[in-house]
Amino acid sequence: MFQFIIRRTVGAAVTLFLIGAVTFFLFVAAPSDYASLACGKDCSPTRLEEIRTALGLNLPLHTQFWDFMSGIVVGRDFPTGHCPAPCLGQSFYSGEFVWDTIMDRFPLTLSLTVGALIVFLFVGIGAGMLAAFKRGSMVDKVATGGSMVLSSFQIYFLGPIALTVLVYQTGWMEDPKYVPFTQDPLGWLVGLSIPMVVMATIFTAQYTRMARASMIEQLAEEHVRTARAKGMSQKYVFFRYAWRGSLIPIVTVLGIDISALLGGGVVTELTFSLQGIGRLAVNGAVTKDLPLTMGVMLFGAFFILILNILVDIAYAYIDPRVRLS
Amino acid sequence: MTSPAKAEGSGPSIALDPELDKNTEPAEVAKKLEGRSPGQLMWQRFKRDRTGVICACVVIFYFVISLAAPLLTKLSGTNPYTLYGQDPTYADTPVLDEFGLPLGYFGGMSGTHWFGVEPQYGRDLFAMLMYGMRTSLFMALGVTILLMVTGIVIGLVGGYFGGRTDYWIGRVTDFFLSFPSQLFFIAFMPVVTAFFVDPQEETPTYFRALAILIVLWVLGWMGMSRLVRSTVLSLREREFVEAAKVSGASPWRIIRKEILPNVVSPILVQFTYQLPSTILTIAFLSFAGVGFVEPTPDWGRLFAAAAGYAKQDPAFMFFPGTALVIFVLCFNLLGDSVRDAFDPKSGR
Repeated sequence: MFQFIIRRTVGAAVTLFLIGAVTFFLFVAAPSDYASLACGKDCSPTRLEEIRTALGLNLPLHTQFWDFMSGIVVGRDFPTGHCPAPCLGQSFYSGEFVWDTIMDRFPLTLSLTVGALIVFLFVGIGAGMLAAFKRGSMVDKVATGGSMVLSSFQIYFLGPIALTVLVYQTGWMEDPKYVPFTQDPLGWLVGLSIPMVVMATIFTAQYTRMARASMIEQLAEEHVRTARAKGMSQKYVFFRYAWRGSLIPIVTVLGIDISALLGGGVVTELTFSLQGIGRLAVNGAVTKDLPLTMGVMLFGAFFILILNILVDIAYAYIDPRVRLS
Repeated sequence: MTSPAKAEGSGPSIALDPELDKNTEPAEVAKKLEGRSPGQLMWQRFKRDRTGVICACVVIFYFVISLAAPLLTKLSGTNPYTLYGQDPTYADTPVLDEFGLPLGYFGGMSGTHWFGVEPQYGRDLFAMLMYGMRTSLFMALGVTILLMVTGIVIGLVGGYFGGRTDYWIGRVTDFFLSFPSQLFFIAFMPVVTAFFVDPQEETPTYFRALAILIVLWVLGWMGMSRLVRSTVLSLREREFVEAAKVSGASPWRIIRKEILPNVVSPILVQFTYQLPSTILTIAFLSFAGVGFVEPTPDWGRLFAAAAGYAKQDPAFMFFPGTALVIFVLCFNLLGDSVRDAFDPKSGR
């Protein structure tokens, strides 16, 4: 287990380095003069040169890249001050350290994704298993049909509908806003409830379908049939034998979906005009702010890799065969 | 996924004689007096599936109306670019009130503006939706075909040659898969456009389309390649491939005549799942503001606009949204039907 985590961590570090390299060199290869973009319309040659020096754009490319990557580990010194250890550079425009900006925005995206993740895992798997348990009943039909239709909805369509119904027309709830969890847990939950539920709804629908299919497959397995033949009750067989096995394919898909989860968070925050990491990525991309974009990319990739490792550990926990090998 | 080879019995394994299989479909299913190709069997099963047939009709309907968008808008007499609310030519038939909101019921539906008009500008929603669907569907079709072909080629090479080639292809695939795709789509759109046009200038729509194509292509082929690789890997060890090898067939011939016909069905199934998801990705790009921009009519851009107008004019999002939900729903159901038709064992 320990060895496995070490191996995965090394792999993740290499992947992050490569992602950083690809982002950096693609950005630099694009024929855009970042200094003149940062300088604005009325720009004198001396001012341009100043900006170029300040941003470090006059240095050779490999030095620039190396400065950036090593800054993550040991920190960097800028004319404006020292940027401590996980340093993702300094924004071309605002001059803020990218790490600080991300840390400011990320809690929102994290709240959204993790909140939705918890909701859809419990509701989705619960509903799917219930549907499989009562296969062919009314419950099953409603769950199957409903999840089929709901999974065809989009966050950017369902979101405005929810806002129209709950906020604009009836005034039952307020506009979604972000309150830090540490400040006011209840305000955090109430403020983000609409985005979380909208995001979770679409994922729930997909996971209901999956959990149902996986459970039905498990119930047809030989060891489950044997347990039933021994005279064990339906409920006991269900929770003792079939339940755990049916989780394995779901966890596999969850591992693949991690990136979609972050993507879902991005769409959700854009839909509800919340200021998260997705808005940051859009701003960075549109204004061609290289350090900001690099920072967001690397951070996003880091988040996905960490969650992936967690999913793999959960996988080993659920499936004893994985633990043994 | 499905493993098509199992369903066909010993059909293609007797393909030693090159004259026997003229078309790309494997020859005959054994033990049947009337020979039916797997393709025919699939078609028969598909025809019996009522949901599948209805959904196929709906999907075809969408493609037809987006092909016929210019005709349909001629019928309604509107076009997606005219600002009916601001253009002085249309001053005698006002569509917007003094706050820039549509006059009349449900977003300003009327004889000329069938689905109503856009608040503020007064553009015709029917024309925008028809042309928007056209943009999205044809873009998605192009992207999907491109990334399917790429995935198939890479998967075939990796799966068939195995060994070191396969290992490195696998690592590259893993690497691409670890990209946070949505964030990358957002970040690379402006970069890729910058390769074609000066950032200070207005980007023409065609270059934007090309940039979308490139970004989605480069970050989208991995799923297909994995699927094809795993199918080919299981086929490679089969007797009919061994037999072809022994009889001296070249690798190219084995791939073309023995392996490709057997990967056709998983590819087709994957295609029906991939196309709607590509449409949604393109819509996402436009929604985030880095895909198509004003005034190009596009499905995703309508949602971005609708989210802005939701407070004042919620009716605006009804038609684009409902159309998208129905389309995605039907395409997903169609995908399930196609899968069931190819592999009856997968069952529901």
